[in-house]
Amino acid sequence: MKITPETGWKELPQGGVIPEAGNAEQYITGSWRTFRPIRDEEKCTNCLLCWIHCPDSSIIVEDAKVVGIDYDHCKGCGICAEICPPKIKAITMVAEKRD
Amino acid sequence: MASLKQLSSKKELLTGGHRLCAGCGASIIVRQVLLAADTPVVIAASTGCLEVATTIFPYTAWRCSFIHCAFENAASTLSGVETAYRALKKKGETDQDMRFIAFSGDGGTYDIGIQALSGACERGHRMLYVCYDNQAYMNTGIQRSSATPLGAATTTSPAGKVLPGKTQNRKDLTEIIAAHHIPYVAQASPSRWNDLVSKAQRALQAEGPSFMNVLSPCPRGWRHPPNESIKIAQLAVDTCIWPLYEVAEDKWRLTYRPKQKPPVEEWLKTQGRFAHLFKGNNQQVIEQLQAEVDRRWEELLEKTS
Amino acid sequence: MGNLISMEGNQAAAEAMRQINPDAMAAYPITPQTEVVQTFAQFVADGRVDTEFVTVESEHSAMSACVAAAASGTRVMTATSANGMALMWEILYIAASTRLPIVMALVNRALSANINIHCDHSDSMGARDTGWIQLFCENGQEAYDSLIQAVRIAEHPQVRLPVMVCYDGFIISHAVECLELLKDNEVQKFIGEFKSVNSLLDISHPYTFGPLDLYDFYFEHKRQQIEAYGPAKQTVIEVGKQFGSLSGREYGLFEAYHLQDARLAIVLMGSAAGTAKEAVDRLRANGLPIGVLKLRAFRPFPSEELTQLLSRFEAVAVLDRAVSFGAAAGPLFTEISSALFASNHRPLLLNYIYGLGGRDIDIEDIQEVGKKLQKTAESGKVEQPFDYIGVRK
Repeated sequence: MKITPETGWKELPQGGVIPEAGNAEQYITGSWRTFRPIRDEEKCTNCLLCWIHCPDSSIIVEDAKVVGIDYDHCKGCGICAEICPPKIKAITMVAEKRD
Repeated sequence: MASLKQLSSKKELLTGGHRLCAGCGASIIVRQVLLAADTPVVIAASTGCLEVATTIFPYTAWRCSFIHCAFENAASTLSGVETAYRALKKKGETDQDMRFIAFSGDGGTYDIGIQALSGACERGHRMLYVCYDNQAYMNTGIQRSSATPLGAATTTSPAGKVLPGKTQNRKDLTEIIAAHHIPYVAQASPSRWNDLVSKAQRALQAEGPSFMNVLSPCPRGWRHPPNESIKIAQLAVDTCIWPLYEVAEDKWRLTYRPKQKPPVEEWLKTQGRFAHLFKGNNQQVIEQLQAEVDRRWEELLEKTS
Repeated sequence: MGNLISMEGNQAAAEAMRQINPDAMAAYPITPQTEVVQTFAQFVADGRVDTEFVTVESEHSAMSACVAAAASGTRVMTATSANGMALMWEILYIAASTRLPIVMALVNRALSANINIHCDHSDSMGARDTGWIQLFCENGQEAYDSLIQAVRIAEHPQVRLPVMVCYDGFIISHAVECLELLKDNEVQKFIGEFKSVNSLLDISHPYTFGPLDLYDFYFEHKRQQIEAYGPAKQTVIEVGKQFGSLSGREYGLFEAYHLQDARLAIVLMGSAAGTAKEAVDRLRANGLPIGVLKLRAFRPFPSEELTQLLSRFEAVAVLDRAVSFGAAAGPLFTEISSALFASNHRPLLLNYIYGLGGRDIDIEDIQEVGKKLQKTAESGKVEQPFDYIGVRK
């Protein structure tokens, strides 16, 4: 079942549990970001150090290759850019523009 | 040891969309620990940043079973889960291989939860207890804990005109748990992911209680830019403020030896919570801290030699 | 007739637990409950139960482990007293709010300070708002019977609430009585198979238990929980009836002793109800129209039923074995008077505090209460609404 701010007490699951595992994915934390990590595909060697050190599970990896960044959840901490080996530096942090 | 490429093919049990601060060490630690599990897991967490930020009703960032009960009882709560598992196994109602992992901050582990943790270790429940040690009560706004290092300014050990931040040394919890002579105890850092993941694997293989104390950088509480979390964790390891070692079946082993051992000052400089130590007459606190770090490091070298 | 045997209240409770054979038990010894834990430990040591027994390092951990084991789809029991339950306090609320059917034997004992190991109801009364169902017992037989019923009540799908079975420390826990026990298979058949709901160990349906619940949902969760106490009341009655068919001993929300033709009543809970019955017998022999209302279910509190029953009386005395410091009266009195306020016909009410820290109350004491009730009824006014029994001036 989908629990919304309109859900009344009769519909809520008993005991205060959350029945929908992993639904925090539906919550967007990308709006917290002030700097956006931009990855240079050409420079990236897919060492995956950014992936293993990401606090927000936001480095998208498929078949052992980085295929993108999950901007819905990335908070822009910049650990990925910092951890990227000095000789490679495939990720740069760019200020977010607000409309 | 699995490579990052191998680990990256595993399904992650913690999603994005949790509300920990940008650059938080806790979720990095959780991800690295959980990548070590090869079976289904049940997670117990004590009240704290991780629990609060990952389970705000109606959202949960956990793809696996998860229970939070209270602040001081992650260990006894997980004891109950593990007990139920043994009961159902005995009755033949489950043959699923499972592991049980607790995550708790230093407040829930060093301080208010140490009794429950000690009890669970002594009773021998097969479970892994992970302390993400960010060295203060961060969830309630950076109050000092018994894990806070000497000289650190927190909101209950502020630096003032007469006091230079916290006036006591931190408790050595890892050694306290090692004194329970449980099968596996380790100290780790998210900056050495391979060391951490291997330790978590060994901990999960242990046929009894296991404990990992993991340094968890906190940009808000330590006062550093969020992108420096991993760098600062590694500097703690290199300065021997946070040595990496394990105690497996009572055998002490250093798992990482810094090539150089920079002065603690190098680590202190990176964080605003120590800024006052570089002003006025506070230099002596740095010297005291250095002496304490050196003394404990020498002791550890002896134990692990 | 079942199996007649003489045993202490605590042994009877442990025997009920053995027959229930829960999946898990986590408990910490405390006087006067100690024997329950010891006896059960022996059952475990002798292989007479299948229970995983967790010898925790504190009552706080006992209740925490019970909460988690119950959330992991197992039948769970524990036992404690006084300060032990005070240490569980925080987790008592969590057990009830998470809707976990844990059954606990609470051997009533006074709370510190000063430290006292003897009976009063201050431990139960302090926990009255935690969300636990509370059943009070008059003797070892009732403690035994109620523990077995408690499993059914707690696990009823419309209830799913923890139950504490309260019996008086020493007076019941350590007194030898002749009891009638059910056979093991009768108990098993009566309680039935445990049915797991939302188990942590069900990996195909991962649940998150105990999340942060803010102003947007917490109130709805509480509103939902409040709704469970209606079915809980009905379930106490139904299970009590079914237990009656099985054992010949029927139970309900309360027991009415000679109330049918009475105009005066004494309301109380626990072992003193037995003393009150004897006092009432003697008073009735002297022509006093008096009876006893022994309350069994303090939570859920049977407001409507008691209002209906008591409103026609001329005078009622409520005997409290606990104090609510700073309140106008004892906790039982407050509940009774509040329930009766809804009625157009209200008896004159007296409140007595008795038996704190194990102070004896005897038949003569209660006969005195009966006489005061008569005087009150005759004069039509309450001269002293609040008094004590058995405390030195």
